[in-house]
Amino acid sequence: MNILVCITHVPDTTSRIAFTNDNTEFDKNGVQFIIGPYDDYALARAVELKEQNGGKITVLNVGEADSDPTIRKALAIGADEAIRVNAFPSDSYFVANQIAAIAKDGGYDLILMGRESIDFNGGMVHGMVGELLGLPSFSPVMQLEVEGNSAKITREIEGGKEKLEVSLPFVAGCQEPIAEWKIPNMRGIMSARTKPLNVVEPTDNATHSEMAAYELPAEKGAVKMIDADNVGELVDLLKNEAKVI
Amino acid sequence: MSVLVFIETEEGKIKKSAREAISYGAALGDVTALALGTVSQDELATAGENGASKVLHVSDERLNASLIQPYAEAIAAAANATGSEIIVTAKSSLADAVVGRVAIKLGASLVSNVVALPDTSNGFQVKRSIYTGKAFANVNLTTDKKVLAIKKNAIEVKTDGAAASVEALSVTLDDSLFGATITSTEKAEGDVLLPEADIVVSGGRGLKGPENWGVIEDLAKTLGAATGCSKPVSDMDWRPHHEHVGQTGVKVSPTLYVAVGISGAIQHLAGVNSSKYIVVINKDEEAPFFKAADYGIVGDAFEVLPKLNEALKAALA
Ligand SMILES: Cc1cc2nc3c(=O)[nH]c(=O)nc-3n(C[C@H](O)[C@H](O)[C@H](O)COP(=O)(O)OP(=O)(O)OC[C@H]3O[C@@H](n4cnc5c(N)ncnc54)[C@H](O)[C@@H]3O)c2cc1C
Repeated sequence: MNILVCITHVPDTTSRIAFTNDNTEFDKNGVQFIIGPYDDYALARAVELKEQNGGKITVLNVGEADSDPTIRKALAIGADEAIRVNAFPSDSYFVANQIAAIAKDGGYDLILMGRESIDFNGGMVHGMVGELLGLPSFSPVMQLEVEGNSAKITREIEGGKEKLEVSLPFVAGCQEPIAEWKIPNMRGIMSARTKPLNVVEPTDNATHSEMAAYELPAEKGAVKMIDADNVGELVDLLKNEAKVI
Repeated sequence: MSVLVFIETEEGKIKKSAREAISYGAALGDVTALALGTVSQDELATAGENGASKVLHVSDERLNASLIQPYAEAIAAAANATGSEIIVTAKSSLADAVVGRVAIKLGASLVSNVVALPDTSNGFQVKRSIYTGKAFANVNLTTDKKVLAIKKNAIEVKTDGAAASVEALSVTLDDSLFGATITSTEKAEGDVLLPEADIVVSGGRGLKGPENWGVIEDLAKTLGAATGCSKPVSDMDWRPHHEHVGQTGVKVSPTLYVAVGISGAIQHLAGVNSSKYIVVINKDEEAPFFKAADYGIVGDAFEVLPKLNEALKAALA
């Protein structure tokens, strides 16, 4: 089985978010970057599927050279080779077009990625890639079993889940609990150093949007503490101050 | 300006988030709402209250199963039929899966998690929530057509409109678009849907076990709230996965979020930080959640919740 896994290179979940340059640039100072957690699940499932069925996993990132350590980590987790499209991932349309351009002639049975990135939370790239390639797309996918040329998937719906049967190939936006999260071991880390990481240039630079400026939310006021023996006071505040009940 | 709003329905009713999307659209121009699958004409006409002048209804029964490709095809066809420049929908797990395809079909730009009306004084700029609620981005859209997915509870629902006319729309949907077969659906019935809820009561590991969830459910019932939980709680199967709130779970933006026995790890906060008011009940006064809360009680959940429930019942009676 030939699987393409698209990964994002994003600030760690616990990062403090700040901006520089008149609020036009993300402040990378002191921020650790990771594989997007949803993408990590997609990769973990790809590794499991390869263990079951054999095949090859290619990871793909649209990003600049600072993504390389993140891509190496994906190789250490079990991808066989990597492609980086050497460009700043300026919007979802641009990223989806780059992915589709790589995937077009790759003969992939599955194209997996996270349901959304944790920086821009768009959740749009899987659908765009599916449409650009003329393939079905599914998201958020919580389970994925492959048998021959078909797959059983479970997708989350609001307030529940749904099981579907589909034929390969398709695009899936993944989330937990699709796989056991994988941490690279020493052997993986050593072998990742010698696995190919091919850097290619973008096919075209079309975008559909331009970032104007970032903003931080207004500071929250201090918490009002209420005595545990006086729950009536909380009810009163909810009713008359917050006016939410 | 012609605006098409795709409205999702749930058990035959227009979802609250869809009414928010219509209200958003109505602030931009003349709204045609679009509904897919079996829904009653009477229900659809109520979209007018929120600002739709007309509702197009593709009643093709095959659309009762919300499959992504036929949905995208129908929405794009309706956008073309109405000559709409702006397509609006509420952000949801279904809409997220669909709108990327719609945007490509229409050559439109797409922005998700939109939290405010656009600034059109110089082009078309929208504000979107990013970094899981920890920041916002103002984005200029550079294409003629635009698709906007609106974050839930970010827009006030308009209710002063008149009934809308409902018209059938016929769209050619090739069988090949229905390639996926749904084999089973599991859904919590009759409950308030978590992503839509106005009030959410969530429990964490501090509740000690699934057998103790009664105190959470009682409080939720009194408040007409949905119930949620922290990730370890769903990982341990105390509660179903779709109740798990946070970075890797459901993101909620209710007017009131009540967190009981949840420490307030940053990954949990990421799913709740756009709540309007947060109440935290935790026996540890050092719990990080108190920093994000508006109101806090230091105390044992099993003592505080029953008392709070009684006090709320009395106040709401
Ligand atoms: C990549 C990643 C993604 C994650 N995504 C999520 C996510 O989406 N959502 C999420 O929730 N977590 C997520 N987590 C996990 C998160 O970091 C925390 O581990 C989790 O939120 C803790 O859940 P908790 O607060 O219920 O449990 P604990 O941290 O164990 O806290 C229990 C709390 O209950 C209190 N307590 C105990 N007994 C009582 C009592 N009788 N009465 C009142 N209070 C009591 C304690 O003081 C404590 O504060 C993620 C972690 C990672 C690494």
